[in-house]
Amino acid sequence: MAREGEDPGMAKASKVKRQRKKKPKENKTRTVHANILYDNAKGEENPNRNYANNKIKTTKYTVLSFLPKNLFEQFHRFANVYFVFIALLNFVPVVNAFQPELALAPVVFILSVTAIKDLWEDYRRHRSDQEINHMDCLVYSRAERRYVERYWKEVRVGDFIRLRCNEILPADVLLLSSSDPDRLCHIETATLDGETNLKQRQVVRSFFDLDCDFDPLKYNGIIECEKPNNDLNRFRGYIIHQSGRRDALYKENLLLRGCTIRNTEEAVGIVIYAGHETKAMLNNNGPRYKRSKLERQMNVHVFWCVIILLVMCLFAAVGHGLWMFQYGDKRPVFDVLSPEGTDLSPIMSAIYLFLTMIIVFQVLIPISLFVSIEIVKICQVYFIHQDMDLYDEETDSHLQCRALNITEDLGQMQYIFSDKTGTLTENKMVFRRCTVAGVEYSHDANARRLAMYQEMDSEEEDCTSHSGTLPRRDSVTSHQSARVVLRSQSTKSHRRTGSRAEAKRASILSKHTAFSSPMEKDITPDPQLLDKVNECSSQMDFMRFHSQPMSQLPSDLADIIDFFIALTICNTVVVSSPNQPRQKVRMRFELKSPVKTIEDFIKRFTPSRLTSGSNSSSSSSLITNRSSNRGCSSLLSSPSAESTLTKLDEEQPPRGLEHSFGPVPPCYNGKAWNLEDGELRYEAESPDEAALVYAARAYKCSLVGRLPDQVTVELPHLGKLSFELLHTLGFDSTRKRMSVVVRHPLTDQITVYTKGADSAIMDLIKPPDTGKRQIKIVSRTQNYLNLYAADGLRTLCIAKKILSKEQYACWLQHHLQAETAIQGREELLFDSALRLETNLQLLGATGIEDRLQDGVPETIASLRMAGLQIWVLTGDKQETAVNIAYACKLLDPEEEILTLNADSQEACALLLEESLHYIQAKFLCSSTDQAAKAFHSNFAPFEIYPSSSPSSSSHTTPFTVLRLGLVIDGRTLAYALDKSLEDKFLAVARSCRSVLCCRSTPLQKSMVVKLVRNKLKVMTLAIGDGANDVSMIQVADVGVGISGQEGMQAVMASDFALPRFRYLQKLLLVHGHWCYSRLANMILYFFYKNAMFVALIFWYQFYCGFSGSAMIDQWYLIFFNLMFSAFPQLITGTLDKDVSAETLQQLPQLYVNGQNSEEYKPYMFWMNMIDAFYQSLVCFFIPYFAYADSDVDLFTWGTPITTLALFTILVHLGIETKTWTWMNWLSIAFSTALFFTVALCYNASCPTCYTPSNPYWTMQRLLQDPLFYLLCVITPVAALLLNLFFKVLVQVPFSSGGQMKLREPVSLFSEPTRWR
Amino acid sequence: MMASSYNAKEEDGHNSGASNNGGAGVVKSKKPDNTAFKQQRLPAWQPILTAGTVLPAFFVIGLIFIPIGIGLFVSSNNIKEFEIDYTGVDINNPCYNCAKNFSWNSTTPCVCSVPFTLEQPFESNVFMYYGLSNFYQNHRRYVKSRDDSQLNGDQSALKNPSKECEPYRTSEGQPIAPCGAIANSLFNDTLELYHIDSNGTRNTIPLVKKGIAWWTDKHVKFRNPGGNNNLTVAFQGTSKPVNWRKPVYELDPSDPENNGFINEDFIVWMRTAALPTFRKLYRIIQKKSSTTPTLPSGKYLLEITYNYPVLSFDGRKRMILSTISWMGGKNPFLGIAYITVGSICFFLGVVLLIIHHKYDTRNNSPDIPN
Repeated sequence: MAREGEDPGMAKASKVKRQRKKKPKENKTRTVHANILYDNAKGEENPNRNYANNKIKTTKYTVLSFLPKNLFEQFHRFANVYFVFIALLNFVPVVNAFQPELALAPVVFILSVTAIKDLWEDYRRHRSDQEINHMDCLVYSRAERRYVERYWKEVRVGDFIRLRCNEILPADVLLLSSSDPDRLCHIETATLDGETNLKQRQVVRSFFDLDCDFDPLKYNGIIECEKPNNDLNRFRGYIIHQSGRRDALYKENLLLRGCTIRNTEEAVGIVIYAGHETKAMLNNNGPRYKRSKLERQMNVHVFWCVIILLVMCLFAAVGHGLWMFQYGDKRPVFDVLSPEGTDLSPIMSAIYLFLTMIIVFQVLIPISLFVSIEIVKICQVYFIHQDMDLYDEETDSHLQCRALNITEDLGQMQYIFSDKTGTLTENKMVFRRCTVAGVEYSHDANARRLAMYQEMDSEEEDCTSHSGTLPRRDSVTSHQSARVVLRSQSTKSHRRTGSRAEAKRASILSKHTAFSSPMEKDITPDPQLLDKVNECSSQMDFMRFHSQPMSQLPSDLADIIDFFIALTICNTVVVSSPNQPRQKVRMRFELKSPVKTIEDFIKRFTPSRLTSGSNSSSSSSLITNRSSNRGCSSLLSSPSAESTLTKLDEEQPPRGLEHSFGPVPPCYNGKAWNLEDGELRYEAESPDEAALVYAARAYKCSLVGRLPDQVTVELPHLGKLSFELLHTLGFDSTRKRMSVVVRHPLTDQITVYTKGADSAIMDLIKPPDTGKRQIKIVSRTQNYLNLYAADGLRTLCIAKKILSKEQYACWLQHHLQAETAIQGREELLFDSALRLETNLQLLGATGIEDRLQDGVPETIASLRMAGLQIWVLTGDKQETAVNIAYACKLLDPEEEILTLNADSQEACALLLEESLHYIQAKFLCSSTDQAAKAFHSNFAPFEIYPSSSPSSSSHTTPFTVLRLGLVIDGRTLAYALDKSLEDKFLAVARSCRSVLCCRSTPLQKSMVVKLVRNKLKVMTLAIGDGANDVSMIQVADVGVGISGQEGMQAVMASDFALPRFRYLQKLLLVHGHWCYSRLANMILYFFYKNAMFVALIFWYQFYCGFSGSAMIDQWYLIFFNLMFSAFPQLITGTLDKDVSAETLQQLPQLYVNGQNSEEYKPYMFWMNMIDAFYQSLVCFFIPYFAYADSDVDLFTWGTPITTLALFTILVHLGIETKTWTWMNWLSIAFSTALFFTVALCYNASCPTCYTPSNPYWTMQRLLQDPLFYLLCVITPVAALLLNLFFKVLVQVPFSSGGQMKLREPVSLFSEPTRWR
Repeated sequence: MMASSYNAKEEDGHNSGASNNGGAGVVKSKKPDNTAFKQQRLPAWQPILTAGTVLPAFFVIGLIFIPIGIGLFVSSNNIKEFEIDYTGVDINNPCYNCAKNFSWNSTTPCVCSVPFTLEQPFESNVFMYYGLSNFYQNHRRYVKSRDDSQLNGDQSALKNPSKECEPYRTSEGQPIAPCGAIANSLFNDTLELYHIDSNGTRNTIPLVKKGIAWWTDKHVKFRNPGGNNNLTVAFQGTSKPVNWRKPVYELDPSDPENNGFINEDFIVWMRTAALPTFRKLYRIIQKKSSTTPTLPSGKYLLEITYNYPVLSFDGRKRMILSTISWMGGKNPFLGIAYITVGSICFFLGVVLLIIHHKYDTRNNSPDIPN
């Protein structure tokens, strides 16, 4: 936490320092030698001595440097410099206005408050640094020849470190040895990216074969790698052994600081990057600083205040000069000579006076404004945090405000750019349908089950919902549906044991596994397909038994089994067990090394096959024999009713895993799978993968283990099959597919399984001359794909390819070259992957549903009512995106949709031109059309678009939002975003009610946001959950991250992190509105208050010969802002609600208020200024006339003025305050009491001090004077009378029945004087 | 950073049903407390400013202010005040000669007498003021030019006055007591009042000079150095202000309680006036008996020892006789102000009433088109 707070400037500074250190060695790489070779880690000869050590220091200051450095930093703020300048000016005797020490007080106060805050933060950072630096780890010591405990801060680059299970990594370590037999090390990277799934890291290849323990003394390599950088997903380098052999190093070899070792008893590695050079530390950016729109407007007005101040000073200076001039040579007695006794010329006096006036009027520039705004924003953030409605019970998380200073921007949003997957949808993938070899399996039962889940979600905990499921049983007779009922009931009963919250909590507890909701695990197979799988595998078993070649299998059946194998193995899913959440399941059998050949396979497993073949009774495992028997007996037959029972049996409490490791030979007749079923957990990098693996498991084709070079799959009848994993070509967003190359254990063929987006796969399918069947499959699959997309499903195509050994060898050679290349490795690997993934044979396709999050359509509808334009930018294909858009009410079936799909720049230009004409035509005709009129009047109250957009002046075309939707795909978007077309594109897009960009890349997303933001000059909000949304989130005015399923990158980049999309509604409509209106009103009030107070002194100048005299005691003058009038406005600025939360949510139109900046418009500043001057006139002249020609002395006259100015200001605040809680009353009472207490104490404290006012006993005397009370009553009333009257008048709808103004919603929507 | 620190404050107010799942321990929930404060649902009064709700306030203010104003106006009118300008600008003025020939450097006092007639008798205690116009006692450098420590009797300050007193700090090498421009410009006209009865004899009217300064000033703020015993000794080694004729310890030789720094005329002068036209209390004419007025109507004579030049800065000098009421001297302004503000309130109330009846027919249930 403290480390997160590292100041970017600090990081930069330390970086600079580091660079300076390294200047003599201007290498592009870092060379790491083992420290073991050198006596002293810091010695001169140690080549690692120049690298940063592992001690971290995130503090900004030391004891000595705190004061100068902190002051230096604070003086970066211009306002502070200004106030210090004024305070220092006071030390010049000629111009001084106050006691110099006193004038320093406010500046010192403000500076010290900030300094104390900084000091406290820095101390906390120091504490956490200390804690981290003093953590223990095992470092190899050359002297003692063993690993000894050291503090983290003592670890140096080149040290060998031994890591034990559950230890946190102290530095970035290259993995050299692992106790894991597979030379793997599992790490959890939750602290880095928030992802909780385990990641595998591999021992460096050259240390792979070490049988015995790694001995640091024998290590003799030199490591060359990249300079420290902050890319978590990149590490390149190589290790040079003494033999001269070079081995490439990948990110898979690097363990990053901050990660936790899991599932691995022990690992040894060498430190590559330490301390501040670790990737984790380089990734630590401080909190983001953005300046809100309101603050930008405010700064303009602060600038205006400076100008007003200067004008006032100038006026006074000229006045003083003239006043002096009129006396000529006759010096009156009251015009005191300069200390030297010399005469001051009028001009010189005027110049001196100018400076004096700057000091006297300094209050006009509100010194406490900046501090007050910060305080209010922190309070606002606190309240947003505390909102129960923004708390998600399911994930036990609530909204995080990561940017503290743009809360009010939330109330001014005009455009929302949303990601689709994970943002609008849950990103919980549910397998819905599939098509294999051109045959569609609709999975009706599954669909029904899903429907039931939804029902349950909505029903909360309805105990009587049995009846809801029973009729279904009657209507559906298949076994599967019966099972559905049973299953749903079991779920129900679980739910009934506790509240829904409890059930959710249970799901939180089980959430150790990434991406596995009960929904995706629980898949009801399609009976037809299940039969086929069973049939197929039994045939294969039969064939294997009879040593027949597998190719005799009917091709459709072969496709089915291949399809499921591909689903199972073509991924990067890691298997773990829930009992020991972080233990890898070791399904290792007795074999130590991967299967090399099919002969090897058969040789090794024949005995056990015989065992299982003879009878399962011989197996003494604890597995229920009954179920295995059933499994065997149900060969070639449809699953009987009993099999449903077995299914239920399988859900019995988990048995100890050790049984599966026992001496019992594993059985291959489909016995073991029910052991694992319900026990194994799959940890996937993306939810699609998990969904597919669970889907395959439903067809008894389950993944039981994954090792770097081997995947074990359990198939019905065939038992466990181990696929030798030759290569994994990971998923990337350009290829949009992934492939695995395996050696098929049954056919011994080298097979490539590819899974990917349909657009990516379909182009790579073998040319259709290969056979009619394939053509048919392709065309049918394409049909189904379109169907799936129309249903809003995410589609994936599965394909395979069989390689001959020669082809493979040829490809492998190239690939290995690519892998070892140092330069341009990415491109070479990409080309290599392209070479492999061609001429594929299509197996089938899957349709995965990504359910909409709760409340998304409602949220979108109300945000749209709030006048927000919502654009969805997604990487999904067009059909899917359009359907999701319909589902979430982004597109309305009634509205027309403009679809822009173009193949070239010219086509795109043409399309845009056409649409523009179309829109104009439609607009023109609709404006005359009677029906359209109705439509317009519908929107009349919030027809903000034509007038509000400031850029509409640059576009001459009138522009209204029509009932139009725009759909554009990625390729067309690329053309449209071109400089020449972007204006047209925007013209089209802004006329549409909703815009949908499909197939867009992360870069395009950010370009769209940037375009809209810069060209239309609107406030933009980007919301997304994944790494692909990061750039868009960063570009937008406000970035919102969904802390959902896909890691934390989006959250890290965001200003606000939400658990769910639907919370956006309350965040914007309620909190955004409140924050904006509160802050806007507070700032206006601040300007008013200061102007009003300063103007009092200004009017006085006319009566004191413009001499810079002030009737207000200097204490009151200086502490008025800081103390007497500070609290009520802070309370109002924090708590005031112009409209209640309920009303704001019911009437989203009220949000328009903030979008149009209606609470803070330039004219309002000037109105406030005029009001302030008017009020100060009243506050000045009523006491003036009341005391005219009396024996009142200067400060006895000034004190009532101060008092009634305070009253006026407080009552003014009262008029502005819309909701009065006890805190408002208290703060006002406190302010008043504070003023009188301070005044009375101050006036009684010292009879000779505080020159020149010397207010001894003034207040005490005033309190005995009835005139004082009479003044205090009449002046605030007289000053605020007109203000109140106009406030009332503004709300009166003079043209009754005409258009109503939404400016003052309170009067419209809430009952008068109600207590809530 | 600041934001996440709030987590520490959150209490676990939500662990009611958390003992599920084999007693896995109470999971500490981050759920925010459901308190009115944290959920921003504090009971609140929402005053709504509409014509209907505000107009009663206007009427009430009007109804309260108008009587107060009338009361104030009446009581102010009951105060008797008489003012006479004796600056001597006009050639007909008896003090014309004094004014013309006088400057700070004159040594011989000039005396002039101004006759006047009181039309009405002054019943209660009469306060006698001198008034100055166009005299900027509130000038910034003037106001500062004093040393409160010296005036408080501080010995060190007496000998070494504050720098603020410059250029009236020292004179001929000796510190000035009292130092500073305010003291230097002390008003030093002497005013005496005579009643001229019907047969033309001048009766001196006794003028009380005690009690014209604030009690706290006289007893706390101003003190003579070294007590009041022998002021001549106490002020030894100091110089009189440049414009003064006599040193500070001779301000009132008749009364040691009114001499030196605690001379009440001096104290009154030192309390600098707020506005360029001001009056300062000079003497009090006490009521002798309940039957006769303090100052019966008739002819009077004001005798002025004309010392104080004001013509150089176009100033005016006045003598004011005034009775006072509970609210101070004669000043009809506040009464008028109350009446005016009350009337405006009433008027605006009527305007609002009309508006309310004519336009405000929404009945608080607006039909907002969606």
